[in-house]
Amino acid sequence: MTPSSSIAAPGATPAPEEHHDHHPSYLVDGTTIKSWLLTVDHKRIGLMFLFWVLLFFLVGGIFALLIRVELLTPGPTIMDAMTYNRTFTLHGLVMIFLFMIPAIPAVFGNFMLPLMLGAKDVAFPRLNLLSLYIYLAGAVLALWGMLNGGLDTGWTFYTPYSAHTTTTVAPVLFGAFIIGFSSIVTGINFIVTVHTMRAPGITWFKMPLFVWAIYATSCIQVLATPVIGLLLVLVTVENLFGFGMFDPARGGDPVLFQHLFWFYSHPAVYIMVLPSFGVMSEVVATYSRKNIFGYRAVAYSSLGIAFVGFFAWGHHMFVSGQSTFAGGLFGVLTMIVGVFTAIKVFNWVGTVYKGAVEFKTPFAYFCGFLFFTVFGGMTGIALGTVSLDVAWHDTYFVVAHFHFIMVGATIMAFLAALHYWFPKMFGRTYHEGWGLVAAALIILGFNATFIPQFLLGNNGMPRRYYEYPERFQELNVASTAGASLLAFGFIIIAMYLTYALIYGKASGKNPWRSKGYEWLSESPPPTHNFVGPQPEFPEEPHFYVDPKKAEVPDAV
Amino acid sequence: MSELLNNILFLPEAASTFAERIDSLHHFVVGTTMVMSTAVGMAALFFFFRYRRRLPAQATEYIVPTLKTEFLFVSVPLVFFLAWFGIGFRDFTWVTTPPKDSMDVYVMGKQWMWKFSYPEGPNGVNVLHVPANRPVRLLITSRDVLHSFYVPSFRIKMDALPGRYTQIWFEATKPGTYQVLCTEYCGLSHSKMLAEVVVLPQEEYDNWIQEQRRGRLQDRQDALADNSLVPPVARMVEQGQVLAGTQGCFKCHSVDGSQHIGPTFLGMYDRVEQLDDGQTIRVDEAYITQSMMDPGAHLVAGYQNVMPTYQGKLQGPETAAIVEYIKSLRTPNVREGASEGPAYDAIQ
Amino acid sequence: MQSSSHAAGGTAQPVPHLAGHFASLEVQNHAARLGMWLFLATEILLFAGLFICYGVYRFLFPEAWAAASRSLDLQLGTINTVVLITSSLTAALAVHYAKEGKNKMVAVQIALTLVMAVGFLVIKYFEYHHKFEIGTLPGRFYSYEGIQLPGVPLYFTVYFCATALHGIHVVIGMIVLAFSMVRALKKADFGPNNYTMVELGSMYWHLVDLVWIFLFPMLYLV
Repeated sequence: MTPSSSIAAPGATPAPEEHHDHHPSYLVDGTTIKSWLLTVDHKRIGLMFLFWVLLFFLVGGIFALLIRVELLTPGPTIMDAMTYNRTFTLHGLVMIFLFMIPAIPAVFGNFMLPLMLGAKDVAFPRLNLLSLYIYLAGAVLALWGMLNGGLDTGWTFYTPYSAHTTTTVAPVLFGAFIIGFSSIVTGINFIVTVHTMRAPGITWFKMPLFVWAIYATSCIQVLATPVIGLLLVLVTVENLFGFGMFDPARGGDPVLFQHLFWFYSHPAVYIMVLPSFGVMSEVVATYSRKNIFGYRAVAYSSLGIAFVGFFAWGHHMFVSGQSTFAGGLFGVLTMIVGVFTAIKVFNWVGTVYKGAVEFKTPFAYFCGFLFFTVFGGMTGIALGTVSLDVAWHDTYFVVAHFHFIMVGATIMAFLAALHYWFPKMFGRTYHEGWGLVAAALIILGFNATFIPQFLLGNNGMPRRYYEYPERFQELNVASTAGASLLAFGFIIIAMYLTYALIYGKASGKNPWRSKGYEWLSESPPPTHNFVGPQPEFPEEPHFYVDPKKAEVPDAV
Repeated sequence: MSELLNNILFLPEAASTFAERIDSLHHFVVGTTMVMSTAVGMAALFFFFRYRRRLPAQATEYIVPTLKTEFLFVSVPLVFFLAWFGIGFRDFTWVTTPPKDSMDVYVMGKQWMWKFSYPEGPNGVNVLHVPANRPVRLLITSRDVLHSFYVPSFRIKMDALPGRYTQIWFEATKPGTYQVLCTEYCGLSHSKMLAEVVVLPQEEYDNWIQEQRRGRLQDRQDALADNSLVPPVARMVEQGQVLAGTQGCFKCHSVDGSQHIGPTFLGMYDRVEQLDDGQTIRVDEAYITQSMMDPGAHLVAGYQNVMPTYQGKLQGPETAAIVEYIKSLRTPNVREGASEGPAYDAIQ
Repeated sequence: MQSSSHAAGGTAQPVPHLAGHFASLEVQNHAARLGMWLFLATEILLFAGLFICYGVYRFLFPEAWAAASRSLDLQLGTINTVVLITSSLTAALAVHYAKEGKNKMVAVQIALTLVMAVGFLVIKYFEYHHKFEIGTLPGRFYSYEGIQLPGVPLYFTVYFCATALHGIHVVIGMIVLAFSMVRALKKADFGPNNYTMVELGSMYWHLVDLVWIFLFPMLYLV
């Protein structure tokens, strides 16, 4: 199966770390370029995803900074209006389709899911590789379109504007359509893996919560992505040929477009944020050495979010001309999604209660995450209280709200995961002090960037504005200052992690003394994850109770 | 108190009954959000210090929540959320249901300006005059792409959709001038699609509207001359008019509908023309441009192929200006052929 | 179940290949089938988007829908439906024979399915051709004088999008089935333990059929 079969390489390449066995880690088992590009090992595919995802994060981040610099002054600053419109579109599309959606599932989900389930690989390893190349093909097409002309519709590409604009809509949207397939394939793969590949002893309610989160995410990916796929094709066709599906001049209905668009794009928010909830469940359990408080509640709430999330899309359209009744219905459903998130938050705090906390870098991100999720989530609820949305809709308040969730929750979780699983993936440790400094910078910089944007929204500044009335300038300058702090934090992380990758000290098998399932194998794991027969998992994950103590669980 | 809160939250002046209505909910919701997120953060911080790790591999107790705790976790937020929703939805219904005695104003967004028209006249571009303390219903539509009509001081917003009307209403409480912003991305000059609402006391408003109806024509010309208010498209029209003169278009094409060597420009745009080869063609930007560059390509039936080509004589922007000028000579009342769906103009 | 020795073709009962990461053959087959079901779910949702467009516009333009639907050739549509349903039967029979290990019959049944699929596409070609002739085309290409109602071009937008998307699925289904047919002829190793490939291909074909069963009344029988 693998071009780098672990059995067929007796002592070929010596492992850099002193392992007690003779099985080379997946990193050095096959060192040719081909052995990486054609690998079907989920860990190597995860790493390749990590590389690309980080690259696209850099691209999106650079464009974010350009936007912030442009908004320093009320008039034109560094670019013209068309370039600005393309820049924010590029920022949105790259961040959402190329970074946010694959970030945690395709990288850490790929890497950790089989390890956490005690499996040797995902169910369909070749499809897994295919998903990477589909993703790259779509990314190349989309980026080619963006650089040759560039789309100026915003990432929401609302019709009729997107059907008529002369910029390159077709290649970009078709690229996004292709990326959708990658998302679907990954989703199917993970669902099947969870259903069929669990090791003996891992029942549904002994699965790590990260697996639950990825499972719920995959369900959304599989069920929602086809709809946006269809929509992308329809808009492409509309733009190329003028079929008039959403063109009012031919009887089409632009509001129908919005319904279909948000039917995917609202659940897509949960595709982006649910995995981060999973990561944080693992992080908080490991660093406070506690079982998750209310494990079942957290697991069920992931499924609940995935389910109810499908029925809340209309809250993006309160002022779009949908009926008042529909507004009310979608408003109520939004509140219910909020409750599921609240359950998770309370249970994470409950996990720390009577724990044994070690304040490491991933835990610092957890603290930031907790605050951002509560604040971002509750401002989401505020936007869902229908009347307030009339004022806030499409202002910077909305921008700040979803950045609190996207950056505040997902990127915090991405960074936490990167640090938490760095030893697992590479067998090396990073510098803890720099890690904490960077975390502090990022959390501060993040607040400084986006809290002014909430106020800007209150003050009435609409989103996607190239020029703005002068009264908005102070807050914009504050936001840009915060963004530079944020960027500085990311640069520090890039430096010390790159350093750690090459010169970092060997971490050993389980540097955090975690009892998560993924830490049972070596760090970094050998090609087929486990040596010898399939391991068994008698205890639930994150079981830190003194074995001498009684089994009676304390209930609070 | 609420003044202070508004300043802290950077809320603009509340100048409508709806603004007064929702601002208290705003304070309630945002206040609770801040208290809750800080409380959760503080609780977490407290736990971190209270329960910091003492041994590297410290064992902990196995604690699970009781049903009562979980119930609390669910019900407390749910009660708050539903309460907010209840208040919010009540106000939303209120703002989407205009009172019967409200005054109507038609609002039309187009790239990139707002047009306001009163049922009995007059029309205005980018300035909406309304009386204070009287409900005004806005009937909003768009000519091209989506726009959104937003007045921060009134806290109201409604999308403008091509091909249909949406409505929202407000009652301004204080005379003054308030900014209108477009909040639905609509292309190149989205951020310049600004307008104003001028709220006048009732008597002044009555005077104003009488004045307007008397000198409607004069005023419209003034509005055209006032370049600061009119976006670039309008200026292109003037440019096109000058160009059409200097390039000699008027030698053959009339602008008043009369027959001449070439078809009249009046109402030409969007007209369906019978061609000499029996086909029909809808006159759009592409056709006008083609006719300037390659006049013989599609001849309208009944005319000779005598027009010289302007290929190389006109720059791109100049061609566009002439096209815009021809488009401005539209006669919306005289649409030929059966109407297909709502009246709507194609987008440039 | 220890079948990791790849003794292909030599022994009496041909065994499918067990990938190294699965616990047993049963699990592997279960995984393949579950994956296929999930994939079919995504396909249904893909078409669901179009069905919603259909529903909304039919609600907005009921007369246009009725009039435009009359202009379709009901006879050809019915023949196509019969052809496609019959092809589903042969696809199901192929699975039946695969379970019994009659590889030749598997190939024959799939070949019949493919013939009918080609027939379906040919009939579809004639229908399309007619529409291009008279100008019942989507959106701005609509130029048919016979029906002049608002919304009719929209009907043909939906018609062409839906049938073209379905047509693409027919072609994909044919490719999938053709692969199984080649295998049944060349390797001839389908049997009671190894029929997943035919089964999955046939499942996909049933979906293609099912979508048409929805499209037919929606488009032809308004």
